[in-house]
Amino acid sequence: MKVEQISVFLENKSGRIAEVTGILAESGINIRALSLADTSDFGVLRMIVDNNQKAEEALKKQNFTVGKTFVVAVEVEDKPGGLYKILNILHKVSINVEYMYAFVQPNSSNAVMIFRFEKLDEAVRVLQENGVVVIDGDKVYTL
Amino acid sequence: MIFNIEYETMPREALEAIQLRRLQATLNRVYATVPFYQKKFEEAGITPSEIRSLADIQKIPFTTKQDLRDNYPFGMFAVPMDNVVRIHASSGTTGKPTVVGYTARDIGTWSELMARSLSAGGATRGDIIHNAYGYGLFTGGLGVHYGAEKLGASIIPVSGGNTKRQIIIMKDFGPTILTATPSYTLHLAEVAEEMGVSFKDLKFKYGIFGAEPWSESMRQEIENKLKIIAVDIYGLSEVMGPGVAIECHEAKAGLHIYEDHFIPEIINPETGDVLPYGETGELVFTSITKEAFPVIRYRTRDISALNPEPCICGRSHVRMKRVSGRTDDMLIIRGVNVFPSQIESVLMQIDEVEPHYQLVVDRKDNLDTLSVLVEVGEQLFSDEVRNLQNLEKKISKDIKEILGVSAAVKLVEPKTIARSEGKAIRVIDNRKL
Repeated sequence: MKVEQISVFLENKSGRIAEVTGILAESGINIRALSLADTSDFGVLRMIVDNNQKAEEALKKQNFTVGKTFVVAVEVEDKPGGLYKILNILHKVSINVEYMYAFVQPNSSNAVMIFRFEKLDEAVRVLQENGVVVIDGDKVYTL
Repeated sequence: MIFNIEYETMPREALEAIQLRRLQATLNRVYATVPFYQKKFEEAGITPSEIRSLADIQKIPFTTKQDLRDNYPFGMFAVPMDNVVRIHASSGTTGKPTVVGYTARDIGTWSELMARSLSAGGATRGDIIHNAYGYGLFTGGLGVHYGAEKLGASIIPVSGGNTKRQIIIMKDFGPTILTATPSYTLHLAEVAEEMGVSFKDLKFKYGIFGAEPWSESMRQEIENKLKIIAVDIYGLSEVMGPGVAIECHEAKAGLHIYEDHFIPEIINPETGDVLPYGETGELVFTSITKEAFPVIRYRTRDISALNPEPCICGRSHVRMKRVSGRTDDMLIIRGVNVFPSQIESVLMQIDEVEPHYQLVVDRKDNLDTLSVLVEVGEQLFSDEVRNLQNLEKKISKDIKEILGVSAAVKLVEPKTIARSEGKAIRVIDNRKL
């Protein structure tokens, strides 16, 4: 049920994201979802790509620091209150969202969101018990 | 004014006779009371009785900072703790400081030498001394303090920091002599200007500056801004503290070493060979009157040269050239000794792998700033910004706690720290001295 996300450390300098995306493009890797967290000095670029291993190798070759983290991809109803419903389920059992971001393209009529939880397995279980669709890793990379 | 005319102007021959007598007495004493020296002499196959001339000093092995560290904290003391009345310390290379002790007589000697130094720098008993050297474990503050009292001048023990209050004291108390680090002095000048206080209206005549490297151009800047005569003072806690050597305000050309208390040598730092007068090398000191913490051929790592020519001030003691650098990688940041290896050990404790880092030292508004760049490898990396920010804070806090110096920590991408021939460049010192 878990999805592997890769993250890259970037200094806050112009052209760095362009460079990362350039390296991925040259390796024929497709970025499925992406988010950037930043401070005044540095940023962390998080991505779901269609080939983690290839992406990691390509980036490391160019001296980037690459981390891997498990996240969860969740189907969110594409209508008012869709996200609220999911967050509310988690809130009731005191599961904290470390960060979240949206997927590039929707899956049929539903949106897809990426969540990072500290208590990942527990979050997946709770969501499934409440009828929320958690998308399998393999499916996400090629969604 | 010469504080101690008899000793400070003593003819060479008489001075050397005193040096030899005092050297022999010191060697006998350390051999009998400090196991470290006894062992070292035995390993070199010599006994103190074999030192029959000043030139024989070359037979004795050197003492290094590492030796002092190995004997932390009191292993190098040559008297029982009962006789130690004061302890000072300076920062060491691995977080542990170098500890030095003084007997009551040592404090008396130090006071005498600081009284001589203040006199050489222009002070008299009628002066008011504004002492902005830090008071505490650092020898600067208390060294000047005791010397000023010995001289009979009035001392204001203002210590470092709280700059605005210092300016008000300067205005209201009318001090005539300033003692401080040169960089702090320039900072004082700037703050004074911001407060609308002109040094023209203050009563300063002379300034005695040291505890960090500075240059002729800094001297000119200080003299112009403060309308004073500025002299260079030298000392290190291992040898005594400030007052080992000082420039006379008459010549301002090299620092007279108080040779009736210390024997200086210049050596080739690679071979250990003693170099003749005039040649540049590493400064080595032997203390010949200290009781609690004698040092025998202590390698200072400071680069200088000795000049035996007579001086216009009348002092007969040899002069050392302004220290032009170090034979190791020690940095002095706001008066605090910093070794890159100390930063490395802080990072090692966090990372547990060899860290890639670089120290960047700048001087902004006449205050030294230290930035530590740390490459983020996989061990340090987290996909959460909060963790990375906490890491920066932790490194900064550990450096402050262990080294006593504030550092701005900046995380950088791997392989961005410049490497020359595969070796990372650990220090970039942008200070223009």
